[in-house]
Amino acid sequence: MVISEDMNIAVDIAGLKLKNPVIAASGTFGFGREYSQYIDLNQLGGISVKGLTLEPRQGNKPPRIAETPAGILNSVGLQNPGVHSFIENEIPYIRQFDTAIIANIAGNTVEDYCKMAEILDDEDIDAIELNVSCPNVKAGCVAFGNNPSGIYEITSQVRKFCSKPLIVKLTPNVGDIRETAKAAEEAGADALSLINTILGMAIDIHKRRPILANNMGGLSGPAVKPVAVRMVYEVCQTVKIPVIGMGGISNGDDAVEFLLAGASAVMVGTANFVNPRACIDVLDGIKSYMLKHKYKSIYDIIGALELNQ
Amino acid sequence: MSKLLKEKIIKIEKLAPLLFRLTIQSEYIAKNAKPGQFVNIKCCDGIDALLRRPISICSVNREQGLFDIVFEVRGRGTEILSLKKPGDILDILGPLGKSFYAPKDNSKIAIVGGGIGVFPLLFLLKELRCAHKTAFLGFRSAENAVLLDEFKKESDSMYVTTDDGSLGSKGFVTDILEQKLSEESYDIIYSCGPVVMMKRVAEAAQKHEIKCQVSLEERMGCGIGACLVCVCKTRKDDGWEYSHICSDGTVFWSSEVIFD
Ligand SMILES: Cc1cc2nc3c(=O)[nH]c(=O)nc-3n(C[C@H](O)[C@H](O)[C@H](O)COP(=O)(O)OP(=O)(O)OC[C@H]3O[C@@H](n4cnc5c(N)ncnc54)[C@H](O)[C@@H]3O)c2cc1C
Ligand SMILES: Cc1cc2nc3c(=O)[nH]c(=O)nc-3n(C[C@H](O)[C@H](O)[C@H](O)COP(=O)(O)O)c2cc1C
Ligand code: FES
Repeated sequence: MVISEDMNIAVDIAGLKLKNPVIAASGTFGFGREYSQYIDLNQLGGISVKGLTLEPRQGNKPPRIAETPAGILNSVGLQNPGVHSFIENEIPYIRQFDTAIIANIAGNTVEDYCKMAEILDDEDIDAIELNVSCPNVKAGCVAFGNNPSGIYEITSQVRKFCSKPLIVKLTPNVGDIRETAKAAEEAGADALSLINTILGMAIDIHKRRPILANNMGGLSGPAVKPVAVRMVYEVCQTVKIPVIGMGGISNGDDAVEFLLAGASAVMVGTANFVNPRACIDVLDGIKSYMLKHKYKSIYDIIGALELNQ
Repeated sequence: MSKLLKEKIIKIEKLAPLLFRLTIQSEYIAKNAKPGQFVNIKCCDGIDALLRRPISICSVNREQGLFDIVFEVRGRGTEILSLKKPGDILDILGPLGKSFYAPKDNSKIAIVGGGIGVFPLLFLLKELRCAHKTAFLGFRSAENAVLLDEFKKESDSMYVTTDDGSLGSKGFVTDILEQKLSEESYDIIYSCGPVVMMKRVAEAAQKHEIKCQVSLEERMGCGIGACLVCVCKTRKDDGWEYSHICSDGTVFWSSEVIFD
């Protein structure tokens, strides 16, 4: 581990205080339990938990994953134990550790989202992340997230029930992500996170069928990183609220790209599957970079990108 | 408990044109692995063959701190693995998954394996201390029927079938199993192989009221129960739910599993 006493790596994302900018991305880290045998969860800035729905969900048929060049397609379809089980069984577990809990929520209707926000607002969590960008469920969800008016509607409604920091997670599957970003900001989001997965498809040429039972799925992993960096940059240029960047981050250098592009924190997803210590390695990598370039504060690198003229 | 390990390859053997055995030095796996468990291997550094590849543990040598895997080259990941040399270091996560149920010493057991599914059952045969062990093994052809001498040594009776009849009897291993079940009984049957085969084994076991365990396979992401991609249908109350093969299994009682 890289140790530097006088290095300031804490970030404040619209009231969400993180001791460092590295968060485990929703859907890739369960509720933290599985990873606790490989890493010390106390070292994480935060954990965005598996996408929650009002009722338990079984998710899609298998196969739910296909490997593609430098990435994966998934079609889990939000399998989760439901918000009530999360409150009863998972919050107490994660709370043993000194790390922020971000509840990632998804639903079929605006009412679902509002209800969950209302329930979770009274619970011991640190922020709510609105997942309006899951490409793997038929009803709702992405339908809200793929157009500015849908985002505006759902964000402003949920806002009424949510006094905690509200993060809206954006989908890259839109024409111009700056428009959905702006809509979320205008509707009262405290922060944005992006990107969710990019809709994709992989075909088994011998069977002449898609590999995923769901036919299509969301692409993540190193393959999406340049697209994600570009989108984070564009969004940071457009909105005033803080942005959490993600998409293909596997090491500190990857994370620094997002920070330079303007992200105030990063989330690490697919990399956790390849390397269960990925979040810690990313954090150590950021610190090494800061040490090498003699930065004392993480804020010295956030948004420090200079464009070529 | 599983660990993230960097272990040294001791030996690599080509058992058939596409079948390889790797012997790996690992005190931790040799000491802790139980039959039915697997390791999740990063076949190379970097983003080529990005995900880890799940491979079952085929045997362990506790005294020397070694374990073996046997794998078939299917695609990029297993191809890279097949090109490893003794002395290379392998990035391994394991041992993972639940193990097979250990029966009483006086039990009479049978294993039913098909294709690459036979290898984890060799580990089981080696570890089980019980009165009588029968091995039913099905292969595509004689060429793929490897390690038979070891199976023979570890079992009291052995039946081999091949799809093309090039070794043993021609046909499916489940045909022989069903035939034997009309004459003999077992306390428990363990099975690993293609789903169609395990489904037939499960049906035969149910018909003869024999306890049966199956080891299932599905495409995996994390291998540790976090990504939720590796599901199979299992019974729950009046209905069903999706269980996760890497962490709830890979071994399940066949009566729990719903084979679609
Ligand atoms: C629990 C478990 C134990 C296994 N044990 C063995 C073993 O002992 N010996 C052996 O030869 N094989 C075993 N397999 C199958 C082995 O994991 C696959 O053949 C291997 O992952 C193929 O990788 P590849 O890169 O060569 O093929 P590719 O087709 O290039 O792989 C692409 C992706 O699909 C996945 N994949 C492809 N086929 C399978 C499959 N049949 N099962 C699961 N994932 C697959 C890969 O892991 C990879 O993520 C096991 C699978 C599981 C789930
Ligand atoms: C298996 C899997 C499940 C996911 N589930 C969710 C989810 O429930 N909610 C959500 O907002 N994002 C989910 N995501 C998206 C990730 O949080 C992240 O946005 C995306 O994978 C890009 O980051 P990465 O390239 O680092 O993985 C999931 C991703 C994967 C791979
Ligand atoms: S492979 Fe991730 S849950 Fe099984």
